[in-house]
Amino acid sequence: MLNTTSSNTWQLSKLTAAILLSSAIVAGALSTSAQAQSERIDLLNVSYDPTREFYREYNAIFAEHWQEEHDQAVNVRQSHGGSGSQGRAVIDGLDADVVTLALAYDVDALHQRGNLIPEDWQSRLPNNSSPYTSTIVLLVRDGNPKNIQDWDDLVRDDVEVITPNPKTSGGARWNYLALWGYGLEKFDGDEQQTYEFVRQVYENVPVLDPAARGATNTFVQRRLGDVFIAWENEAFLSVEQLGQGEYEIIVPSLSILAEPPVTVVDANVDRKGTREVAEAYLDFLYTDEAQHLAAKHYYRPTNPDILAEYSDNFPDLTLFTIDEALGGWQHAQETHFNDGGVFDRILEDINAQ
Amino acid sequence: MAITLVKRRVIPGFGLTMGFTLLYMGLVFLIPVGAFLLYTTTMSWETFWNAISQRQVVASYKLSFGGSLIAATINLVFGGLVAWVLVRYRFPGKRLVDALVDLPFALPTAVAGIALVTLYASTGWVGQYLDVFGIRVAYTQLGVVIALTYIGLPFVVRTVQPVLEDLEAELEEASASLGADRLTTIRRVIFPALFPALLTGYALAFARALGEYGSVVFISGNLPFRTEITPLLIVSKAEQYDYHGAAAIGTVMLVAAFLMLLIINGLQWWASRRHG
Amino acid sequence: MTTPSTVIDTNDTIAKRWRRATEEPAWIRITLITIALTFLTLFLVLPLTVVLYGAFERGIGVWYAAVSDPDALSAIRLTLLIVAIVVPLNTLFGVAAAWSIAKFEFRGKSVLISLIDMPFAISPVVVGLIFVILFGSQGWLGPWLSSHDMRIIFAVPGIVIVIAFGTLPFIARELIPLMQQQGKEEEEASLTLGANGWKTFWYVTLPNIKWGLIYGIILCNARAMGEFGAVAVVSGRIRGETNTMPLHIEVLYNEYMFTAAFAVSSLLTGLALVTIAIKSAVEWNEERRQRIAAT
Repeated sequence: MLNTTSSNTWQLSKLTAAILLSSAIVAGALSTSAQAQSERIDLLNVSYDPTREFYREYNAIFAEHWQEEHDQAVNVRQSHGGSGSQGRAVIDGLDADVVTLALAYDVDALHQRGNLIPEDWQSRLPNNSSPYTSTIVLLVRDGNPKNIQDWDDLVRDDVEVITPNPKTSGGARWNYLALWGYGLEKFDGDEQQTYEFVRQVYENVPVLDPAARGATNTFVQRRLGDVFIAWENEAFLSVEQLGQGEYEIIVPSLSILAEPPVTVVDANVDRKGTREVAEAYLDFLYTDEAQHLAAKHYYRPTNPDILAEYSDNFPDLTLFTIDEALGGWQHAQETHFNDGGVFDRILEDINAQ
Repeated sequence: MAITLVKRRVIPGFGLTMGFTLLYMGLVFLIPVGAFLLYTTTMSWETFWNAISQRQVVASYKLSFGGSLIAATINLVFGGLVAWVLVRYRFPGKRLVDALVDLPFALPTAVAGIALVTLYASTGWVGQYLDVFGIRVAYTQLGVVIALTYIGLPFVVRTVQPVLEDLEAELEEASASLGADRLTTIRRVIFPALFPALLTGYALAFARALGEYGSVVFISGNLPFRTEITPLLIVSKAEQYDYHGAAAIGTVMLVAAFLMLLIINGLQWWASRRHG
Repeated sequence: MTTPSTVIDTNDTIAKRWRRATEEPAWIRITLITIALTFLTLFLVLPLTVVLYGAFERGIGVWYAAVSDPDALSAIRLTLLIVAIVVPLNTLFGVAAAWSIAKFEFRGKSVLISLIDMPFAISPVVVGLIFVILFGSQGWLGPWLSSHDMRIIFAVPGIVIVIAFGTLPFIARELIPLMQQQGKEEEEASLTLGANGWKTFWYVTLPNIKWGLIYGIILCNARAMGEFGAVAVVSGRIRGETNTMPLHIEVLYNEYMFTAAFAVSSLLTGLALVTIAIKSAVEWNEERRQRIAAT
């Protein structure tokens, strides 16, 4: 009994020590994080999934540039995730100085739901505020065993298609709209036939990942599906990095011009006093240096001269814009992706049988 | 009764501990949950009802509740068995096995999901053999059940184990000396004693499975109407800026969870009256 | 196990019958053990193996590079910081709740116990949603917070609070049944002998509950480190800043850095295994001491 008592006193002091120590750690950590801020400028770039590799390099280049011009260190912090959930986080208070998202609809939401940016945000920078563009292509397994040549092949019964859920993934919305636009072209604008075409493709989808990167993993890691509808840049990344010689890119006859836009988040930069550097950060995306970097990461530069230098990488295909084919993002979102929209109807149809 | 009254005065600290308990629970959990429920009352009954009764949402309830029920049942049977084996039998490596049971508590759910899909995909270590028999686990409802079984596994084992350890051997011996054979003893003596613990474990495993998100999204196909669980639908609503819809479905889950716990409590109370 | 074949001792027959009535025949025992072990292999051992195999597949060098990457280190630091706040708070809560529930009678006790269980049953996703609705810029307290330049969600406090929410029951649940079972006689004796409340707690209650307490702390700690769903909603995923270890693992997985993802997972797994090992060692030691004391 005596023995246990002494060991308990020891335990008591240990417990007290642990609690004290942990509070000390907490206090220390909080105070250091407060101190670090005054010495340099911090920017937060909230972006979507596939831009990680590009912005990692770009941030370094920009920081160097800013250091030379203004003799000031700038530290760009990154946040990546699904485009929609990233937009939501900014509306809910994530302190982004700039957003670089997958589609204009998610940026529009910053104005509509959070009043964080002005309505005309998209006209503030060249090319609809998209310093780089991309398109939607088809990725198939080596040798193209199912002989997939164009969008038409996706409705075949023997083909399994991988694409993420357009309700949650920005990239998947581009995929869906590329299909829809192709259908309109093919059926001369007949909505009913287009609907039927798109429905048949989605009937061949065995997995609807919530985000684009998850879908890539499904296709590449789990070897599920015969064809993967992907961003052009993601398709290149898969071919080059995930499995050399294991995949082939099939360029369809017609696709959509995907414009991932960028903007300064006015409400945040004005509060934090970072407008100047945030605007410079976005302007710099249009310089030759950054455009080359974008091309290196398989984004199509918007500068036509630089794009021409990479014409080997980026095959010339007919691209339509969302404004031409679908009357803009607001309209496309309302008709197709909102609750009760066309995509919901497709799902209901497929599962009614 | 008079004695308990005196005793109650002997032990101090009721005010302090109860005060802290309520304060902490209030701040961390009761006030936020209350505020959340209040938030759902800001929408009209019609909006609420529409949000929770869409066909796609109802299909997700079926999968979430059905899958959790199956997973909890698997855990009830095998978890009970594991607890029995760990308490009553001796075999090499027993201590290690006993320790491993806590793994699903300790391993982050996202990691568990990635590990499970790596195993059970048709290219995986286990999946490739199941594939031969035409059994597909990953991206099907079966995959959802597997993930839910995994995360609920420790609950039944850990609630039954201590009761089984405390179960006095005298009871079984008494039963045996009265001439009962083993099966009768198990049925009439051991099982009733374990029943409340089994039930608690079952209900906890069920409740935990109902809300699980991290591990399921990796192994499920996430196809609306087929392999989409309710928590995923909540996330997806929130990401479409539909907070009302998300909150409405979230409320359904909250109420289900609370009912579940009330039922457990009721059953435990009933069982303890019957056997205590 | 052995039965004398020649002379059947009456005692032995009784023993045999006795055994038949109080334990199972060997073949049943072996079958049951086999079933249990197969089940546990499929659900526990194999996933664990996948993680460890994935982590070390390309050698220890790659593993080390992944876990010493600055972003990984900052995720580890953040996770440890959160645990250092959440676990002591939940420990205090667990002890206080168990003390008030086990040592006193009051109305509404069973409702209180149900409430303590509730965070187990609430979907992590809903937990995240609750705090976004409460503290988000569009939420109820958001505008007030931002006008006072305070950040809760998309910052450390938000992550701390959702993790505290999710792990709240672990220690309390461990202690309540234990303290209820032990009753209050020992405490009463100590108090009657003149010790004060604190002394009684430290010298009488704490030694009795220490294993349950340690076990609860271990579980709470592991769960706090591994929480994913709720954190994903409120973290904002700022690299090197609000990414906890599970989020960093997801980031790596989404960057196609599978080995690195498994390497960081192996740290969490390793930690879980170490805590489990400590718990086992401690128990084993205790058992041995008791056995020695008994002989």
